[in-house]
Amino acid sequence: MSVSVLIPSALRAFTDRRSEIEAEGATVGEALAHVAAQYPDLKHQIYEDDTKLRGFVNVFVDGTNIKKLNGLDTPVAAGAAVMIVPAIAGGR
Amino acid sequence: MLKLTREIEEKIRQAGAEAYPDECCGILFGSEEDGGHAVKALKPIKNARESGERYHRFLITAEDMMQAELEARKLGLEIVGFCHSHPDHPAVPSDYDRDHALPFYHYIILRVAKGKPEEMTDWRLRLSREAFDSDELKIEP
Repeated sequence: MSVSVLIPSALRAFTDRRSEIEAEGATVGEALAHVAAQYPDLKHQIYEDDTKLRGFVNVFVDGTNIKKLNGLDTPVAAGAAVMIVPAIAGGR
Repeated sequence: MLKLTREIEEKIRQAGAEAYPDECCGILFGSEEDGGHAVKALKPIKNARESGERYHRFLITAEDMMQAELEARKLGLEIVGFCHSHPDHPAVPSDYDRDHALPFYHYIILRVAKGKPEEMTDWRLRLSREAFDSDELKIEP
């Protein structure tokens, strides 16, 4: 099924400046993998290896963090919005 | 180059003074302009680090970032960067800043000395993540 993957501004350099990409998949992991296959440079940025996302990467499905659901195995309905959100921190 | 209105600059300075001796933080909404970016709005964010760590650390939660991404899209803008203060510390990025930063974004750092806002700088992380480069901060009326 088709879902929308929303790309944060910091990662649009790796998606030809696109902020939203249509993807196919029954789970969050499948949808992200579909996008990563289209944009290999994005894959390098968000994946630590073939299956694990980097620590700064958070993913929301229709407003809910997948950490509170079933992680990358979280099912997605047709038309769902899958949003990649970077974690932001710092200090002196 | 990052353009900032005098009004937004003042809001950042005020946030830094009010948060002292803790660090303040905020999200910058803006757009591309003249080869750089222009900040159109500031979204102040409550520093989510635990109270004993806020004097030298800031954290923007994933939930706050998600809401900010949605707000920016509704406004037809994008998140162009972040601001935070360095209480009693120079306005230069720390190793901790570098470890937690992302290329593309602008990072405004405000030095707050004994409660008074002082130097404000802007930095961008290299794609290699090896270092930050200083970026021009242009304040406009």
